[in-house]
Amino acid sequence: MIRTTHLPLIVTLLTFVLAYALCASQYPSMFSLRVIANLLTDNAFLGIVAVGMTFVILSGGIDLSVGSVIAFTGVFLAVILRDSSIHPLFAFGLVLIITTAFGAAMGATIHYLEMPAFIVTLAGMFLARGAAYVLSTDSVPITHEFYDMLQSVYWKTASGGRFRLIGGVMILTFIVGALVAHRTRFGQNVYALGGDASTSRLMGVPVASTTVGIYAISGGLAGLSGIVFSLYTSAGYSLATVGVELDAIAAVVIGGTLLTGGYGFVAGTFFGILIMGLIQTYIVFDGSLSSWWTKIVIGGLLFAFILLQKGLTWASTARKKAATGFNTPS
Amino acid sequence: MTDDGNPTLEAPTPEAPMLEAPMLEAKGISKFFPGTIALDDVELTLHRGEIHALLGENGAGKSTLIKCLTGVYRRDGGEIMLDGEAVDPLSTHHSQTLGIGTVYQEVNLLPNLTVAENLYLGRQPMRGPFVARRAMNAAARISLKSFGIDIDPTQPLSAFSVAIQQVVAIARAVELSGKVLILDEPTASLDREEVELLFSVIRQLTSRGIAIVFITHFIDQVFEICDRATILRNGQVVGTRQLKDVSQKDIVSLMLGRQLEARVRAPKSNVVGKTLLEIDGLRKTGMLEAFSLKLREREVVGLAGLLGSGRTETANLIFGAVRADHGAMKLRGHEIRINNPRNAVAHGFALCPEDRKTEGIVGDLSVRDNIILALQARQGWMRPIPRRKVEEIAQHYVRTLDIRLANLDMPVRLLSGGNQQKAILARWLATDPDFLILDEPTRGIDIGAHAEIIALINRLREDGMALLVASSEMEELVAYATRVIVMRDRRQVGELTGDEITSNNIIHAIAAEPMVEPAS
Repeated sequence: MIRTTHLPLIVTLLTFVLAYALCASQYPSMFSLRVIANLLTDNAFLGIVAVGMTFVILSGGIDLSVGSVIAFTGVFLAVILRDSSIHPLFAFGLVLIITTAFGAAMGATIHYLEMPAFIVTLAGMFLARGAAYVLSTDSVPITHEFYDMLQSVYWKTASGGRFRLIGGVMILTFIVGALVAHRTRFGQNVYALGGDASTSRLMGVPVASTTVGIYAISGGLAGLSGIVFSLYTSAGYSLATVGVELDAIAAVVIGGTLLTGGYGFVAGTFFGILIMGLIQTYIVFDGSLSSWWTKIVIGGLLFAFILLQKGLTWASTARKKAATGFNTPS
Repeated sequence: MTDDGNPTLEAPTPEAPMLEAPMLEAKGISKFFPGTIALDDVELTLHRGEIHALLGENGAGKSTLIKCLTGVYRRDGGEIMLDGEAVDPLSTHHSQTLGIGTVYQEVNLLPNLTVAENLYLGRQPMRGPFVARRAMNAAARISLKSFGIDIDPTQPLSAFSVAIQQVVAIARAVELSGKVLILDEPTASLDREEVELLFSVIRQLTSRGIAIVFITHFIDQVFEICDRATILRNGQVVGTRQLKDVSQKDIVSLMLGRQLEARVRAPKSNVVGKTLLEIDGLRKTGMLEAFSLKLREREVVGLAGLLGSGRTETANLIFGAVRADHGAMKLRGHEIRINNPRNAVAHGFALCPEDRKTEGIVGDLSVRDNIILALQARQGWMRPIPRRKVEEIAQHYVRTLDIRLANLDMPVRLLSGGNQQKAILARWLATDPDFLILDEPTRGIDIGAHAEIIALINRLREDGMALLVASSEMEELVAYATRVIVMRDRRQVGELTGDEITSNNIIHAIAAEPMVEPAS
């Protein structure tokens, strides 16, 4: 049975399958494990941060700081590994604590000062980017044998594709994210907040701790994404990942989550990421297209999904008016 | 209708409620807001398994009392005994856990969650760290079945009608709280069939021993389902009645009151002028049944009726604020069409709306700008009124209406309620209307300003204006109206003229009972 709430997810899935089929029909070599493996590796950092963004948008908020937090994390790791002898794992733990606390602080500001998330996380965006500049304005390379070790972990397929560790981290993040969003009390509270914050309060949802938790998750996952990004590029650079927050928002919306909150699925975001990655891969395969075409296609897709969501809202109000019988067939 | 002697003591009811301690006993509840006493020593007693109506016109204090009981407001005095224990609700959620649940007209549930998720939000059955969805859905289905509705609880709440959503809200409130259930205007947006469903659910709850407070402005429904009623007026309890002992008329007269009548009754000149406006069969589906009226100059026609009887709707339809389905209007014998307020203003109409905060004043604009607004709108924005003229007009009305202010530049929201009302009046008087519609002109203003507004209405009439005044204050209508049209259920049900205009007759007409005393 197909429900209206599941429809955007299904449309996202069909879009992906259709797009992939089109790509593969034109370039049969795109239909290979190698391409899929690269898709996961290249989009790992974006996928991880998009999971956090899904929670934020489900609750009716927005987090503009994540791109800057990723850059900060990279620079922080690069500088601390260059200037001290602490183990990278310890540095990872440290940076995750910092970014989670940073997100929690933004959540607390949004809740207790009753400020719009847009403006609070905009301030967070400048703060994090500024902090990265303070640490270093240059690109700092990361050379550490532990990094080399992590980067060499992969599972090689018969066709020569390499599923790397960071792709696995992303998939794990999606699985855990989906479980938290759909199967825990916290997840239900996130949906409740996105439905209506004041009603949620009346129904006894702990609005304060939920809001703080949501932005802490987003901040923490931005930190994790920064770690993954530093593994991906072996460097920390304060000018990196500018605008990634907008890519993450796009992936979430293309994944079928309603920007006003309350409706959507973590799995949808996964396919949103894959669709965006697929467009880029196609352009690489084509070779003659400008990479700006990625932006145009994503823009078009976003617009189409916004129209779809509006259409579904209309359809469900019309259905509500029609439903007057008490013995609704179940 | 005497307050001494309690009929329940003489006639013991079969369930003998006196033997048990009441479920809820609120004594001496008081609540003050700056400048007003919202609740003055209010008492409310609810027995187990009782359906208790809480009645009163707008501003009588019903919602303030509910908010004090459910912890939205902190009360300033009095005590609340729930099930024999003193309680002090600090928040809505706290009052829910104490045992007082509330269901509002606009269903306070989340349309994006499923029915089961709504029922169990915050208290889901768990399996380890995860919500046990299957168990939750099964429990929801059983729970809703016990309320007489059989629906699929895994569907989103928004897929169901308002009545079903109400029942889900009730089920949640009962399971969460289970002692007192407050229903605030639950039937306002339901049709007859849905009301039946809701009532069967409510009746069934009484057998569980839950005390129910039922707030509504439908008097028929009160008599249909409630056992007792407490009536509030101006923040005070004017009576608690066993409903089987009283008539609708008794209740209505308690709600509206009639002590003021003798004081403000003044001789009215019966000199009326030429016919100004003829309204024939004005109606709109769902808002107003065919409404006809012949209005002459130097005449004040009152519109009487309870809340929701169609008073405001009539005013809005005549003024074109809402477009009518049918109806013809003649102004001084010439056919006119009014499709929007602009047309109405062009024909010399003016309307002071009921809710001045949202429909009337522009709070942050200066008093001067607020007064000049309608006149400027009629002139058109391309022809600004000269600054000196603006100043002159504003000064003139501030003087004649006695609007008290520091200076004309102060934002109008800083004025008191009565002075705001006068500023809106000034706005419309500045357009020099022939026909002025006032919707609840004295709502929310103090007694002194009250008398001034009444005097002003009389003065405008003597100056030759025709007025239509919708009001729930009967004494006022008696004071200034030359004719009173009585509304009920969005329909004209009677007209009183001359000496017929008394509070008593208006009450009779509203309650729609033959004008004989009920057997006592």
